[in-house]
Amino acid sequence: MLHNAWLIALAPSIAFIVILFFGKRLPQRGAEVGIGAMTTMLALSLWLAVDWVTSDRQQVVSQHRWFDVGDWVIRVGTLTDGLTVMMLVVVSLISLLVQIFSAEYMRADRRFTHFFAILTLFSAAMSSFVMSANTIQMAVGWEVMALCSFLLIGHWWEEPHNVRGAAKALLTTRLSDVGLFIGIVVLFFAGNKTFSIVDINSAATAGTISSGLLLAGATALFVAAIGKSAQFPLHTWLPDAMAGPTPMSALIHAATMVVAGVYLLARLFPVFDGAFDILPGGGTNPIAVIGAITIVISALLAFVQHDVKKVLSYSTVSQLGYMVMAIGVGAWTAAMFHLFAHAFFKALLFLGAGSVSHSVHGFDIEKDMGGLRKTMPTTHLTFAIGSAALVGVIPLCGFWSKEQIVATAGQNGYTFFQLVAILGTLLTAGYITRCYYKMFWGEHRGSSTPHESPKLITVPLVILAVLTVISGFLEAPVLGIHLFSDWVTPSYAPAVHHESGIGWPFLVEIVVALVGIFVTWKACEKRVGMRTLSERSAVLAGFNRLLINRYYLDALYEQVIVRNVIRLGIHVDRYVDRAAIDGVVNASAAAAKTSGAAAVAAQSGRVQTYANAMFTVTVLVALILVVAQ
Amino acid sequence: MTAFDSIVLSAAVFSPTLGAGVMMLLPKARQRAHLTIALVASVFTMVAGIGVAIAFDYSSSATGQFGVDLSWIDVINSRYQLSVDGLSLPLVLLTMLITVSCMVYSWFHLPEPVNAKPFLALMLILETGLIGSFLARDLLLFFVFFEVVLLPMYFIVGIWGGQRRQYASLKFFVYTFLGSAFMLAAFLAIYFLGPHTFDMAQLANSPLSALARTTQLLIFGGLFIGFAVKVPVFPLHTWMPDTHTAAPTVASVMLAAVMLKLGAYGLIRIALPILPEAATAFAPWMGLLGVVAIVYGALACLAQTDMKRLVAFSSLAHMGFVMLGISTLSAVGLNAALFAMVAHGLISAMLFFVAGSIQERVETREISDLGGMSARAPKLSWVFGFCVVASFGLPGLAGFWGEFFSILAAFDPVHSSTTGFRWLMVVAAIGALLGVAYSVSMFTRVAFGPVGKAFKHLRVADVTKCEYIAWVPLLALVLMLGVYPAALLDVSNDSINKVADILSGATK
Repeated sequence: MLHNAWLIALAPSIAFIVILFFGKRLPQRGAEVGIGAMTTMLALSLWLAVDWVTSDRQQVVSQHRWFDVGDWVIRVGTLTDGLTVMMLVVVSLISLLVQIFSAEYMRADRRFTHFFAILTLFSAAMSSFVMSANTIQMAVGWEVMALCSFLLIGHWWEEPHNVRGAAKALLTTRLSDVGLFIGIVVLFFAGNKTFSIVDINSAATAGTISSGLLLAGATALFVAAIGKSAQFPLHTWLPDAMAGPTPMSALIHAATMVVAGVYLLARLFPVFDGAFDILPGGGTNPIAVIGAITIVISALLAFVQHDVKKVLSYSTVSQLGYMVMAIGVGAWTAAMFHLFAHAFFKALLFLGAGSVSHSVHGFDIEKDMGGLRKTMPTTHLTFAIGSAALVGVIPLCGFWSKEQIVATAGQNGYTFFQLVAILGTLLTAGYITRCYYKMFWGEHRGSSTPHESPKLITVPLVILAVLTVISGFLEAPVLGIHLFSDWVTPSYAPAVHHESGIGWPFLVEIVVALVGIFVTWKACEKRVGMRTLSERSAVLAGFNRLLINRYYLDALYEQVIVRNVIRLGIHVDRYVDRAAIDGVVNASAAAAKTSGAAAVAAQSGRVQTYANAMFTVTVLVALILVVAQ
Repeated sequence: MTAFDSIVLSAAVFSPTLGAGVMMLLPKARQRAHLTIALVASVFTMVAGIGVAIAFDYSSSATGQFGVDLSWIDVINSRYQLSVDGLSLPLVLLTMLITVSCMVYSWFHLPEPVNAKPFLALMLILETGLIGSFLARDLLLFFVFFEVVLLPMYFIVGIWGGQRRQYASLKFFVYTFLGSAFMLAAFLAIYFLGPHTFDMAQLANSPLSALARTTQLLIFGGLFIGFAVKVPVFPLHTWMPDTHTAAPTVASVMLAAVMLKLGAYGLIRIALPILPEAATAFAPWMGLLGVVAIVYGALACLAQTDMKRLVAFSSLAHMGFVMLGISTLSAVGLNAALFAMVAHGLISAMLFFVAGSIQERVETREISDLGGMSARAPKLSWVFGFCVVASFGLPGLAGFWGEFFSILAAFDPVHSSTTGFRWLMVVAAIGALLGVAYSVSMFTRVAFGPVGKAFKHLRVADVTKCEYIAWVPLLALVLMLGVYPAALLDVSNDSINKVADILSGATK
C-alpha cells in the first residue's frame, strides 16, 4: 500500500464523476456514492497507516513521467511518509463523518446531490494534495480545494450575501497564492530545477541553495500559507466563509482545508528553517510572529460574536495561529499533533453547532439558544467535551497538543511565544465558555421547541467526542507515550526531546485553563460581558468598537483596496483605452479617409482605399529598408 | 512517399474552399443543403487533419512532414511549400476542431440576417486561410493565406455583426491591413537583403546575421508590428474588443480561438528563427508589453459591463502570457506560449459560445441584467463555470500550464535581462490574480444571486443537444490537456527546442 497511496485519491475522484452525472437518479441522490467512497478512503488510509507503522518507516516516493518541457522531465507521483499517512487518516475520517452527518442535515436541500458531489471532490483534492510528491501537484490540489470551498460557501447562491462570502474566500486565498506560484518557481530553480519535495528539502538541508533565493522562496510560500490558513492579516475571509452549510464548514473550514497552509510549512520545513533560522531558536522570525498575532487577535474577536459559527471560525483562526506559531518556534511535532487533535474537536464543535441549529433553526447564541442541555443531552455532552478540548483541559486531546507546543517552545528558547500560547489558552477558555454557557445553560430564549437530533447526526458527534477524549494519549510524554512522534515525525523535522517528569508548562496549562473557565462561568452567571464592561469604561468601549468592526481590516480591504482597484480598471477603460489609444486610432483613420478620398475619388469602397494605402506603405517601407542597407 | 503523404496537406487546406465552391453552385434558398455542405466540408477537413495526426512521425516531430514543394512564382523564387511539424500540428488541429464546432453550432444559431450560403462559405474560406497560414513554409505563401483570413472576417463582421458593425469591421480591417503592410515590407526586405528566397527553413538555417544590426532590427520591427496587431499586443489591441462586441458568435469564436494565434505563431515560426539577434534585442520590450497586456487587460475587464467585451479584454491578458513566454526566448517559455495559445483557443472559444448562447436566449449580454442564471439554466451555468475556472487558470485544467510555465520561464530567460524579467514575473503573477478577480466577478454576477431582469419573465432552454455536440469535445480537451499536458507538449517540444537552439546560439 505504501507505493499505491494514489488509490486513496482515486476513490473519491471516481465517486465525484458518478455523483455529478448520475447522482440525481440514484435512490439516495448520490449520498450513498459519496459515503461509500469516503468509507473506501478511510479503509485504504487505515490500511496504509498499518503498513506504515509496521514498516521501517522510511519515506516512499513513487513517481512516473508526467510530461517533458524543454529539457526537463516533470514527474507525477506520491510521497508517503508519516505526515502523509496522518493527514490521510484525518481527512478521510472527518470526510466520512461529515458526509454521514450531511445525509441527514441536508436532507431537504434542493441541491443535495450537488452538495455531495463537491464534498467528494474536495476529499479527492485534499487527499491528493497531502500525498503530492512535488510542488506542482500540491498546487493542483490546493487550488481545487479552493474551488470546492468557493462552491460550497456559495451553495445557497440565491442570497447575495453568500455569494460575496464565497468570492471573498476565493479571492483572498488567491491573493496569497501569488506567493504560492512564485514560491514554487523560485524553489524550482533554487533546488536545481526540480519540483520534487524531497529534492528541495534535501537541497535546503544541505545548504546548497543561495540564501537570497531561499529567503525569497520561503517568504513567498509563507504568504501562501497565511492566506490559506487564515492568518493575520488575511484571516478575514474565514468568518465570512461561514455562509455555507455547517457540515462543510466543519470539514473544509475547520478540520482540513484550512490546515493546508500549516501542512505546507511542515512539509517544506527545511526551507523555512533555512530561510528564517528557526532552529536553533531564541530569536524571532516572521512565522512565529504572525502565528502569535493571529492567536491573540482572533481569540479576542471571538468574544464579541453572536453567531456560534462565527465564534467557532475565529476560534479556528486562533488555533491555526497556534499551529503556525508552533512551526515558527520549531515545534514541528507539536504543530502536527495540534493539527491532528484540532481536526477532531473542531469538527465536533462545528457539527455540534449544526445539530443545534438543526433543532432551533438559527445560529444566534443570544436569540435562538439557551438551556439546551436539557433538550439536547447528546449534543450538549459532546459539545462540552469539544469545548473543553479546545481550551485544553486535561486529559483531552487539546491539552496534550497545546502543552507540547508550550513545552517545545521553551526548549527551543522561544520564551516570549510560550507566554503568548498561555495567554491564548486563557482567552480560549473565555470565549468558548461564554459561547457554551449561552447555548446550553440558562433559560431557552428562542421561539422554537428544541429536540435532540436524529441518529445520523448524533452518531458522528459521539464518535468525534470519543476520539477527542482518547486521541491525546498518542503523545503523552509524562506517561512515557510518544507514539505520534515515532510514527509521524520525519528525519528532516527537529527531533522531539522527551523530558522526563512534569515541567512547569504542564502545570501552568492545567491551571490557566481551569481558571479561565471558572472566571468566565462566573461572569456569565452574573451577566457580565463585553457590553456591560464597556458601559463602565470608555477605553473598554473603544476596544469593544474596535472588535465589533474587526479592527477595520474588512473596511480597509473592501472599501479602500478593492474599490480603488475597480476604479483604476474603469479609468483604464475609459481614459486610456477609449480616449487615448482609440482617440489616436480614430483620428488617424479620419485623416487617412480625408486624404485618401482626394486621391482615389473614383473608387467607391473603403476596402479598396485601404488596399491601396497598404501597398503604398509597403513599397515605401521596402524602399527605406533597401536604402538603409 | 505515398499519394496520401503528398496530397493530404493540400487537401486539408483546400477542402473548405472546395466546399465553399460547391455552395456557390446552389441557390441560396436551400439553407439546409448549405448547412450540410459546410458541415461535411469542415468534417472532411478534420478527418484529413486526424489522418495527418495518426500518420505523423512523432519521433521526429521537429522536421516538417508530408511536405509539398511545387513551383509557384518562379520569377521571385517563391514556391508552393507546405509541411507540418510539431509546432503547426496542434494549431492546425485546433483550427479544424473549432471550425467543426462552429458549423455544428451554426446549424441552429445562424446570425441575422439569416443567409446561410454566403455566411458559411466565408467561414470555410476563413478556415482555408487559417490552415494554410499554419502549414505554409514559404513566406509569400504564408502572406497570401494570412491575408485570405482577413477578408472573410471583414465581411462577416460587417454584414452579420451587431451594433456598430460598420465601425468595428472597418477598424479591424485597417488595423490588420496596416499590420500586414509592415509584414510584407519585412518579407520583401528579407528576400532582397537575404539569400533571395522565401523558404522559411532555408532562412532559419542561415539567419540574416550578416546584415547590419540596424537593418535586422528594422526588419524584425516590421514583422513584429505585423504579428503584434494579430496577437494583439498592447497598444495595438483596440480593434479587438470592438470587433468581438460586434461580431456574430461563431466569428468571435474563430477570431479568438484561432486568428489571434496567427500572430504569436508567426513570431515563433518566422521572426525568431530568421532574426534571432534582433529577437534578443527586442525580447525585453516584448516581455514588458506582454506583462503590460496582462495587467492592463485584467484591469480593463474589471470595468466591462458587456460579457463579450469582457471576454475580449481577457484575451488581451491571456495573450500577454503568450508574449511573456515568447520573450524569454527559452524552450520552456516558447512551449508555454504554444500551450497557452492552444488552451486559450479552446477556452475562449467556449466563453464566446456561452456568451452567444446567453445572448440568444435573453437578448442581452449586459452583465447587470443577467444574474441567477443557475436557477433558469443550471447546465449552462455549469458549462459557463467550468470555462471561467479554466480561463483563470485553475491547475488541473488547460489554462494553467501555459501561464504557469510562462511565469516560470520568466524567472530564467535565455537572454541577459534576468533581473528585469524576475520583476515581470512577479507582476505577471499578480496579473493572474486580477484574472481570477474579473472571472469570478463575471461568473457570480451572471450565474448566481437573485434572478436578474433578463431571466425574470422568460423561460429559457437549458443547453441544447446541438450545443452539447459543439461544446463537449472542447470541454473534454480542456480537461485532458490540464490533467495530461504531455498530450500537447510531446508533440510540440522538439520543434520548439529547435527554435530555442537557434535562439540560444544567438544570445551567446
